[in-house]
Amino acid sequence: MINFLANPERFTRVTRPLRSWLAGLTALLFVWGLYLCFASPEDYQQGDTVRLMYIHVPAAWMGLFIYAAMGVASFFGLIFRHALADAAAKALAPIGAVFTGLALVTGSLWGKPMWGAWWQWDGRMTSVLVLFLFYIGYIALHASIEDETRAAKSTAILALVGLVNLPIIKFSVEWWNSLHQGESIFVKGGPTIAASMLWPLFVMVAAYHVLTIWLFLVRLDSEILARKYRALRARLSFN
Amino acid sequence: MGKYAFYVWGAYGATLLGLGALVVISLRVQAQRRMVLEALQAAAETQ
Repeated sequence: MINFLANPERFTRVTRPLRSWLAGLTALLFVWGLYLCFASPEDYQQGDTVRLMYIHVPAAWMGLFIYAAMGVASFFGLIFRHALADAAAKALAPIGAVFTGLALVTGSLWGKPMWGAWWQWDGRMTSVLVLFLFYIGYIALHASIEDETRAAKSTAILALVGLVNLPIIKFSVEWWNSLHQGESIFVKGGPTIAASMLWPLFVMVAAYHVLTIWLFLVRLDSEILARKYRALRARLSFN
Repeated sequence: MGKYAFYVWGAYGATLLGLGALVVISLRVQAQRRMVLEALQAAAETQ
């Protein structure tokens, strides 16, 4: 399957009809999710700020998930030199950067009324900031190297180094004293959140996932187009 | 929303702005690149 889709022409042909469906599904899930976000009850302690969880948690999850996907793509790019691997990692980076940036901003907007501080240099927040900086570094490095092969190799190494940060983010709330609350969804005995708040969260998580897949396909198609026209331009100037 | 309105709407507004900008920029860049490629392909055919 991976070999079949690793051909850029075939990939574009197979995913083009899928993109329209994903765009529609994204819109539907966001409408449903946002309705649930504001129809769900307020928390007895946090009041209405609990509604920030529905956009903060999916953004943070996507920030981690996308970086892991970039790591896998970079590994394939570096080891097997797949035609699409570097293009896929490059297409994912800005999406992951935006989600991680939004996780930091929405977390800060929740922290001020609940903790009395916009920011704390604790393990979770600092490691997520480091993740954001890895995304920015990846994008900047790719943009700064003109030769595509060298850019792919350098950025793949940077992406693989950054993978070390993912378990640090995940376990930071267990390893260090943190203002950030611990795990409350994937825990033994099931989630500790009320079902009335869990549903909006799950629908928003689904919406963020589908949006990510759609954006990824659009950006990857865009990257394939850019590589095609660069090759064609080089050929035309050579002739 | 009461006393938390600024934080809640601020967070939803920032999310809308961030994701909206990402979608618009991604679609615009894709359309521009398609146009450039088509123009180059047309130039290649005439050569």
